[in-house]
Amino acid sequence: MISEYLTEKEHPAGPLQRLDPRAKIIGLISFTVVVVSTPARAIWVFAVYAAVVTFLIGLSRLRVGYVLRRALVVVPFVIVVAIFLPFFGRSGSGGYSLGISHMSAGGLLVLWNVGAKAILGVLSMILLASTTPFPDMLAGFRRLRVPQVFVLVVSFMYRYSFVFAEELRRMQRAVAARNFRGRWLWNVPILGRVLGSLFLRSYSRGERIYVAMISRGYEGTIGLSSPAVFGWSEALFLGLLIAVAVAVRVVASV
Amino acid sequence: MALQGLSFSIQRGESVAIIGPNGAGKSTLLLHLNGILRGEGPIRIFGLPLEERTLREIRRKVGVVFQDPDDQLFLTSVAQDVAFGPSNMGLSKPEIEERVREALAAVGMSGFQDRSTHLLSFGEKKRVATATVLAMWPDILVLDEPTSNLDPKARRQLINILANLPVTKIIVTHDLPVAYEMCNRAIILSKGRIAADGPIEEVLTDQDLLEANDLELPYGFAIPPAGIPGWSGTSRTRSLSRDAEDELTEHVAGLNHLVGDPRL
Repeated sequence: MISEYLTEKEHPAGPLQRLDPRAKIIGLISFTVVVVSTPARAIWVFAVYAAVVTFLIGLSRLRVGYVLRRALVVVPFVIVVAIFLPFFGRSGSGGYSLGISHMSAGGLLVLWNVGAKAILGVLSMILLASTTPFPDMLAGFRRLRVPQVFVLVVSFMYRYSFVFAEELRRMQRAVAARNFRGRWLWNVPILGRVLGSLFLRSYSRGERIYVAMISRGYEGTIGLSSPAVFGWSEALFLGLLIAVAVAVRVVASV
Repeated sequence: MALQGLSFSIQRGESVAIIGPNGAGKSTLLLHLNGILRGEGPIRIFGLPLEERTLREIRRKVGVVFQDPDDQLFLTSVAQDVAFGPSNMGLSKPEIEERVREALAAVGMSGFQDRSTHLLSFGEKKRVATATVLAMWPDILVLDEPTSNLDPKARRQLINILANLPVTKIIVTHDLPVAYEMCNRAIILSKGRIAADGPIEEVLTDQDLLEANDLELPYGFAIPPAGIPGWSGTSRTRSLSRDAEDELTEHVAGLNHLVGDPRL
């Protein structure tokens, strides 16, 4: 499960893949911010945003199925909004009546607003994550002066999520091999113990990692070097992306 | 496990196996070698008293490869992890890159620089973990159970690589065939004390000694009689480690030529 989200097998070569991670981080995060700040009524503007994202996804040769599968993470959020839809703006004009519930135009606009922005934001982040190997992305954040502590915490989380996922899987198998089936409420204590022992293992692994680190002379800082350079293609990508988004956004609010 | 009155000296170029049953104090000893544990009495390593002031120097000289490579390799890419030690030593960027390249070549992992650590096989992780320590050019390489959990092929590869590294080695293990193949001297540790210290042939052929210390050669494994060249790995290992009297750095710099064969 975790490995499906974090593996780097999904990195076909492409022009976006070659860019300095800093350009992609700044570019796609700014793009998302501009998208989120756009008024929901300007529907054609969202079409332009969608075209830009689709173009970039095509340019990076990402597989459509893969992108869509990962984009599914927005579904729960949109559903939550949809559930509360009948309670939004009852008094508004327009909208539809479905038996006992009434969807107002204002309510639908809220749903559109959340849905469109969530999808575009998620697609931008998928684009960023799928064209940038994780270590490069961390190096990019480090070069953007994100404090080392944060970058290291994320780096450790990434590195050891695989180890802990594997440990958890082994423990689950060992429990299942002795005919445990976590089905009923009274099975919960066992699951709690599995998690507790996973925590203890992680804790002692943390200690071992630290011992190995100081054995190699660790004194509090880690120099993560990355050979990336910010050149013309980075400037071009960043300039075009932000210019298009901002231009469309400004026209929309005029 | 408490250690008491341990003292032994190791010559340059020697390969020493520290063997003993679980709980004999092997790991405790290992953690004292580079000052992770300090104990109560005074400890001297390379003639240096083990204290805050000398810690940096001692940890540079004594390179420890831990048993679980997942503990050692904590960064996301292979190159970053191998560069970690050298960069802690304050080396310049080109120097660090050179050492990374060299250390990876020495363990037959050239070209793996940009690979993600977590995608490596267990045997590959073990080799990279060794490279992370080699890149610091240690005067002595301490290996904790280097062959545990490896399949026969990965085990053979690692043994060949380690045996050919012209570095002084301490190998902590209870894999006696590995100890025999890679070392010329064995120290048996038992209940926190040295129970025996001598040429490995003598220690491993002393049936009573092994039994008294809860050790046993695997069934069917026999030490070839002295004078007759043993199987391939043995004689080569011996001559190499005995010749390795030269300046260590020169050897490490020449590692590529010695073990550059990627099929190892």
